[in-house]
Amino acid sequence: MDARQLAEGIRPGRLDRAVIEAGFADLHPPLSAHEAQVAADRCYFCHDAPCITACPTGIDVPLFVRQISTGQPEAAARTILEQNILGGMCARVCPTETLCEQACVREAAEGRPVEIGRLQRHATDRIMARNAHPFDRAAPTGKRVAVVGAGPAGLACAHRLALNGHEVTLFDARPKLGGLNEYGIAAYKSPENFAAREVDWLLGIGGITLRPGMALGRDLTLDDLRAGHDAVFLGLGLGGVNALGVEGDHREGVLDAVGFIADLRQAEDLSRLSVGRDVVVIGGGMTAIDVAVQAKLLGALNVTVVYRRSQARMGASRFEQDLAQSKGVRILCNAVPVAVHGNGAVREVEFEFADDALQPTGTRIRLAADQVFRAIGQTLTGDALPDLTGGRIAVDGQGRSSLPGVWAGGDCASGGTDLTVTAVAQGRDAADAIHTSLMG
Amino acid sequence: MADLSCDFVGISSPNPFWLASAPPTDKEYNVRRAYEAGWGGVVWKTLGEAGPPVVNVNGPRYGAIWGADRRLLGLNNIELITDRPLEVNLREIKAVKRDWPDRALVVSLMVPCTEEAWKAILPLVEETGADGVELNFGCPHGMSERGMGSAVGQVPDYIEMVTRWVKQASRMPCIVKLTPNITDIRKPAEAAKRGGADAVSLINTVNSITAVDLDLFAPEPTIDGKGAHGGLCGPAVKPIALNMVAEIARSPETRGLPISGIGGVTTWRDAAEFLALGAGNVQVCTAAMTYGFKVVQEMTRGLSEYLDSKEIGLGDLIGRAVPNVSDWQHLNLNAVSKARIDPDLCISCGRCYAACEDTSHQAIAMLPGRVFEVKDEDCVACNLCVNVCPVESCITMVRLPAGAVDPRTRLQVSADRADWTRHPNNPMAQQAAE
Repeated sequence: MDARQLAEGIRPGRLDRAVIEAGFADLHPPLSAHEAQVAADRCYFCHDAPCITACPTGIDVPLFVRQISTGQPEAAARTILEQNILGGMCARVCPTETLCEQACVREAAEGRPVEIGRLQRHATDRIMARNAHPFDRAAPTGKRVAVVGAGPAGLACAHRLALNGHEVTLFDARPKLGGLNEYGIAAYKSPENFAAREVDWLLGIGGITLRPGMALGRDLTLDDLRAGHDAVFLGLGLGGVNALGVEGDHREGVLDAVGFIADLRQAEDLSRLSVGRDVVVIGGGMTAIDVAVQAKLLGALNVTVVYRRSQARMGASRFEQDLAQSKGVRILCNAVPVAVHGNGAVREVEFEFADDALQPTGTRIRLAADQVFRAIGQTLTGDALPDLTGGRIAVDGQGRSSLPGVWAGGDCASGGTDLTVTAVAQGRDAADAIHTSLMG
Repeated sequence: MADLSCDFVGISSPNPFWLASAPPTDKEYNVRRAYEAGWGGVVWKTLGEAGPPVVNVNGPRYGAIWGADRRLLGLNNIELITDRPLEVNLREIKAVKRDWPDRALVVSLMVPCTEEAWKAILPLVEETGADGVELNFGCPHGMSERGMGSAVGQVPDYIEMVTRWVKQASRMPCIVKLTPNITDIRKPAEAAKRGGADAVSLINTVNSITAVDLDLFAPEPTIDGKGAHGGLCGPAVKPIALNMVAEIARSPETRGLPISGIGGVTTWRDAAEFLALGAGNVQVCTAAMTYGFKVVQEMTRGLSEYLDSKEIGLGDLIGRAVPNVSDWQHLNLNAVSKARIDPDLCISCGRCYAACEDTSHQAIAMLPGRVFEVKDEDCVACNLCVNVCPVESCITMVRLPAGAVDPRTRLQVSADRADWTRHPNNPMAQQAAE
C-alpha cells in the first residue's frame, strides 16, 4: 500500500495522475459500429413500445434502433433529438436500468435488455462528431423569451423556443453553461468535456443570446425580466444544500457534495484535488454515489456511504449502488447521523441505527472520518419567485407558474424526478406551451 | 445411436449427408478433409469437357442476404464449373476414392449438348472408380448462356435426350440435377425418368440478384460496375426446395423416383424434413461454406438422436410425410382452431397485436398492463401471430373439439371432415350434386 494513500487528512495526489485519469475514463465506452449492429439487431420493434413510455422525453426507441440497424445512425440521431435535444448527455447519464431498459421486453425475456442507452450514444455521437446541427430554425416571430438557468431544462427550453423562431436570451449564474451537466454529473459520465461540447453544438440552432454570470436576485429581477420579455422560463435548479442538522455540522472537513463535484468537474489536474483518507458520505441518492465513487477514484482509502433507511430505498439506482461497491465503496444502511466529532477538524461521525421508519434502535456507531460529504438533498433558493409547493415552484402540466407569463421546469419546479431527462422534458414542454401561448 | 448408413441408387454411404457439387468439392484437399470431418459423400464439383478449362471472374463471385445478427440466410454465386483441368480433377477423384472406399463419390458433369461430348467424358469418369454421375442441368448463370446447365434443365426434351445418352454410354448410376427456374418441377423430373435416370437431385440454385449497390447503382456482386444474376442457395431457398421435392415425391408420374434433396439444409432438422418429404438423402453446400465442414457433426448426431427419440430407422423416415402433402381443396374445413397466448411465456412485445390489428383480423385485444388476449369471435386461426412472436411456443393454435361452438361463426364444430370439393359455395360441388 502506497504511503500517500495511508496518509491522514485531506490532501491531493493520493494516486499517480495517470492512475486517477484511468479511473475517470468513460464509464460506458462507446459501441463500435459492429457492436452497435449486433445490439440493434436484438430490438423486437415492439408495438406501442414500453421503452417509449418509460422515457420521460418519449424518444421513439424502436424507430431509432431500427434506423441504426439499417445503417443510418445519423437519421437515428435525428429521431432521438427531435424529442430530446440533450439525447447525447442523456445517453450517458440516464439511469436506463430504471427507465427504458427496465421496460425493454428483452429484460423480461432474458434479463438482458437491448442496450438502448449505448445505442443512443452511438447515434448521437455520430451526428455530433460532424458538429452538424440537425434542425433549421423557423422564421423569426419577433417574440422575446428570457430563459433563466442554462441547465438541462433551460437548454431544452431555449433550443425549442429558438427552433420555433423566437428570440431567446439565456441567463446563467455560473460562468459556464450546462448547469448540472457541466458542474454536477460524475466526471466519468461526461469525459472529454462532453457537456460543454454538447452546449456549443446545441447553440448551433441560432437565435439564442448568452448571458452567463447573471444570477436571478443578484444581477436580475424577475420583474425586470417579465417587463422586458414576452415570456420567462425559470430553470434555476436548486441552489441550496440541506444541512445535516446535527452537532458539529460546521467542522472543518464537512463539505457539500455538490460543491466538491463542481470543483472536481472544473479541475484541470485531478491529482491536485484534495481528498480525505477516510471519507464518509451521508445520503442515498445519485449525488451520494457520485461523490463517493469519485472520492475513491481520487485515492481515498475508506469511503463509506451512510444512508438512513434500507438499501432498497436508496434514491440511487441498483446499477449505481453496484458501481459504487465494485469500486470499493462501502454502503452502510439504516444509520442516522447524530453528531460530527472532532477538534476543529472532523475526526469521527457518530450514527445511530434506525429502522425504515427511522425509529432509533439505541445502537450507535462511530466512523473515522477526515472528510464528510453532505448529500442529503438540495433546496430552492431565491426570493420573489412564483408560488411554491413542497419547496419548489408550483407549475401545471405545461410548466406554467402562478405568475402570468412565467413558466418553470427542471429541479426548481414541482412534479419532476430530479433526473436530467425529466428536466429536458419539462423544458421542452414548457417551450411548446410558451410557443402556443405567444402565437395563439 | 440410430444407424444412418444408407443406400442411394446403389451408392452406399455411412450417412445421408453429402456435400453438393459446389466450391467445397472442387479439389482433393477439400474432399479429403470433408470425409475426415464426417461427410457421408461428396458430389465432385462439375467437370466440363477436355481442353482449356472455363475461366471465372476475377472479382467477387458471391453475394448474400442476412438476417439479424448478420446470420447468412442466402448465398448467391456466379461461379462457373470447375476451372481446373479435367485430367487434374480425374486424377484426384481416383486417388480420393481409392483411399475412402466407404464414402460416396459422385461426379457432376456438364458438357455441350451433343452425344459425342457426353460419350467422350463418361469413360474417363468411370475409370476413376467414382460411384456415379450427376448431370448438372441446373446452374442458372454463365454456363446457361452457352447452352448448358439450366438451359438444358429448362427443356424437358433435352433432359430426356441427354439422360438417355448417358445411360446408354455408361453403367454408372445417373442422377439428374434439376433447376428450380421452371414453372412446374414435375415436368423435368418426368423427362429425367423417361430418359432412364436413376434419380433426380434438386434444387439447384434460384435465379437471383441479392442486392443493389446504391452508390454504383449496380447489382451485387459487382464487377467493374456491372453485375449479372446469380444462383441463390442457403436457408432462404429451403421452402422452395421442400415443395419441389414433395411435388415429385407425390406425383403419380414420378412417385418412387429416388430424390436427393438439396436446398438450404443447415441442421439435422432441415435434413429430416427433406427425408420426410421423400428425399433418400440430402446434399449440403451453404451450411458448409458458412460454418466449415465440421457442421456435419451436428447434422449426423442430431438426425440420429431424432430417429432414436422416434424409435424409427432412417428408412422409416424417408417419405413419411408424403401422404400428408395434399391439395388445398382436400384440407378439412371443419378443423377449427384458435390462437392461444401463454401469459407466462409472453414478454409483452405486442408484435402479435400489431400484426393482427394492422394486417389481419383484429382478433387480439391489448388489455391494460400490456396483456394480450385472443378474441375468439374474430380469430380465423391464420397463424400470423404465431409466426411473428419472438418467443417459441408462446402462441399456439389450439383446435376446438367437435361439438364446441366457434364464437366467430356461431356454428357447432362438426366431427366430420368436410373440404372444398363438397362445400356448398363451390360451383363444381353443386354441379356434382345435381
